[in-house]
Amino acid sequence: MANDESQPGLDAPAGGFVQLLTPDGERVDSVTTAEGVTYSVDFTDDEYRELYKDLVTVRRLDAEATALQRQGELGIWASLLGQEAAQVGSGRALRPQDMAFPTYREHGVLYTRGIDPIMPFGLFRGVDQGGWDPNEFKFNTYTIVIGSQTLHATGYAMGITMDGKTGSPEGEAVIAYFGDGATSQGEVNESFVWSGVFNAPIVFFCQNNQYAISEPLERQTRIPLYRRAAGYGFPGVRIDGNDVLATFAVTRAALDNARNGQGPTLIEAYTYRMGAHTSSDDPTRYRIASEVESWKAKDPISRLKAFLTKQQLADDTFFGEVDESARKLALDLRERVLAMPDPQPVTMFDNVYPNGSPEVDAQRQQFADYQASFEGSGH
Amino acid sequence: MVEKITLGKALNHGLRRSLESDSKVVIMGEDVGKLGGVFRITDGLQKDFGEDRVIDTPLAEAGIVGTAVGLAIRGYRPVCEIQFDGFVFPAYNQIVAQVAKMYFRSLGNVRLPIVIRIPYGGGIGAVEHHSESPEAYFAHTPGLKVVTCSNPADAYVMIQQAIASDDPIVFFEPKRRYWEKGDVDLDAGLAGAYPLHASRVVREGSDATVIAYGPMVRVALDAAAAAEEDGRSLEVIDLRTLSPLDLGPVYDSVRRTGRAVVVHEAPGNLGMGSEIAARITEECFYSLEAPVLRVTGYDTPYPAARVEEEYLPDLDRVLDAVDRSFGW
Ligand SMILES: Cc1ncc(C[n+]2csc(CCOP(=O)(O)OP(=O)(O)O)c2C)c(N)n1
Repeated sequence: MANDESQPGLDAPAGGFVQLLTPDGERVDSVTTAEGVTYSVDFTDDEYRELYKDLVTVRRLDAEATALQRQGELGIWASLLGQEAAQVGSGRALRPQDMAFPTYREHGVLYTRGIDPIMPFGLFRGVDQGGWDPNEFKFNTYTIVIGSQTLHATGYAMGITMDGKTGSPEGEAVIAYFGDGATSQGEVNESFVWSGVFNAPIVFFCQNNQYAISEPLERQTRIPLYRRAAGYGFPGVRIDGNDVLATFAVTRAALDNARNGQGPTLIEAYTYRMGAHTSSDDPTRYRIASEVESWKAKDPISRLKAFLTKQQLADDTFFGEVDESARKLALDLRERVLAMPDPQPVTMFDNVYPNGSPEVDAQRQQFADYQASFEGSGH
Repeated sequence: MVEKITLGKALNHGLRRSLESDSKVVIMGEDVGKLGGVFRITDGLQKDFGEDRVIDTPLAEAGIVGTAVGLAIRGYRPVCEIQFDGFVFPAYNQIVAQVAKMYFRSLGNVRLPIVIRIPYGGGIGAVEHHSESPEAYFAHTPGLKVVTCSNPADAYVMIQQAIASDDPIVFFEPKRRYWEKGDVDLDAGLAGAYPLHASRVVREGSDATVIAYGPMVRVALDAAAAAEEDGRSLEVIDLRTLSPLDLGPVYDSVRRTGRAVVVHEAPGNLGMGSEIAARITEECFYSLEAPVLRVTGYDTPYPAARVEEEYLPDLDRVLDAVDRSFGW
């Protein structure tokens, strides 16, 4: 269905996708899909530059995390390298009142939500479970079990409807993030069923980065993922996930539809995971170097840089300043990560039950007594 | 106003009161609306509270519990109905990996005041997957609380307490007792009610302690009545709460009687009885005249209905265990 008439860029997937910025940095004014929906963006010069800064910053923070992991400072890291445009574009399309349900890789979206980027580091360093308040930032906890969060997002979206917070531009909407592998999960399919049936104000944002650890897309589906939406009764749109403008435009439109009472949309952001699945993975076992090379030519940052340069919206001084500020942020982050204290062991007994539990309380006491028995014993 | 009503009706009244007293309470599940649930526990509630408060859901258990998580984050208090015990497993991931852990994971920022109601246990002549006792799977999971009622008065109060609690609670309903009647004070409020997470001595006795919960409390009481005719005095304790376990009254009792028999329908291997026996042994070792004995379902899948009477612990098996305890 969706994008057959749209203009595919270089090496676009069969059926095309919505693209507003080509890999060469050419701006496409607008794209009209086969259904007659037109997508475009209307950014000020400053907004273009801000988006660029977001992309560079997020990439730099991610690179720092990868380095920290290699140095043994993080137990594991799930890198977003290559997916910056998908995350920043969709994240910036959210309004403050919208709620996001991430996986474990959404550090870029987290950044756009105004959360201190150090927050996910606690989880990956093993000192906490991720420290932000989901209610305050409208960005839920990371979800490790693949697909589970799509149902949470759906329920939350149903709650928005029940609260009467749909049907107007001021309404609220929800976005649920997941990967191509996740689309095979029963729970993701259940979330599609529920959202369709209850016309929930939700955007399903699938980052198709082509792999679920080692398994390629063909192991998850026979048809393009965005076309699955038709079977559940709502629109599916495929976008160039390396194009921050298309990502922004389509996500914003889908969120607006949701908040206006028009129900769910499935967005497939066609992108590529440039790094390993996580730092524990060896991608050379399942993909060839030339594939990675071909995706480098579609890099989300270099294309926006080319556009800014061609349009004379930015010069080397600007790019230098952005790099420098990202570098500073990363160094600051590094220092803070290294200084993250290990938690007091007794905190493992915290936050098990809102109303407490006599069993847990008793074990906390036993633990504390046991710990105390070593104190002053010379050990 | 004290009325003599069935356990099922008591739950229905309790759910109704919860819906009345808090507009954030929503009931969700398969067939809970027009039909009132396959056991009619939600009978009439959708008619009176509307389709947004009593939600007929798609046929998808992970969906029922998973969307309840989102609703709870949004500020609602979902009460999920799982149609039968054997069908909770598609939702198992959501319950043990999400419902149980999100409070911990969010460092206490996200509360999930969710109740998951599960009709459980056998004795109604049903086909496969309709008679199971999966409580130990849930009681083993930190972050969940697990309770079960055994009589109408408790059912009425406990379901309201569970819904009012901010803890995620798996609420097991003894389906074979749905039709048993008892006195229920429908006007009684929750203030001053017997606590949700407390066990209770339901019959006093001095010679041995029988510990049961849910559908087996009736069996234990019947066994105690029969034992009395033989001159043996059995104390019966209704656990009511399986996680956290409230074993204080059990220890007190066993220290007096010196003998303990634990009864449940679920298979014995690694079941609730194992945990209870271990803890009694740890706490009451010098008071015990005999090992703690267990009377449980066998370690087989729940059998065909025509043989379930042999599978399920009954009065004779309980009395036999008591005899064995005295023979030690
Ligand atoms: C239910 C479940 N099964 C397996 C895993 C292990 N696992 C972690 S990530 C992953 C692949 C996920 O792929 P995809 O959904 O495409 O997301 P991506 O990591 O590529 O962003 C697997 C199999 C898991 N976390 N959860």
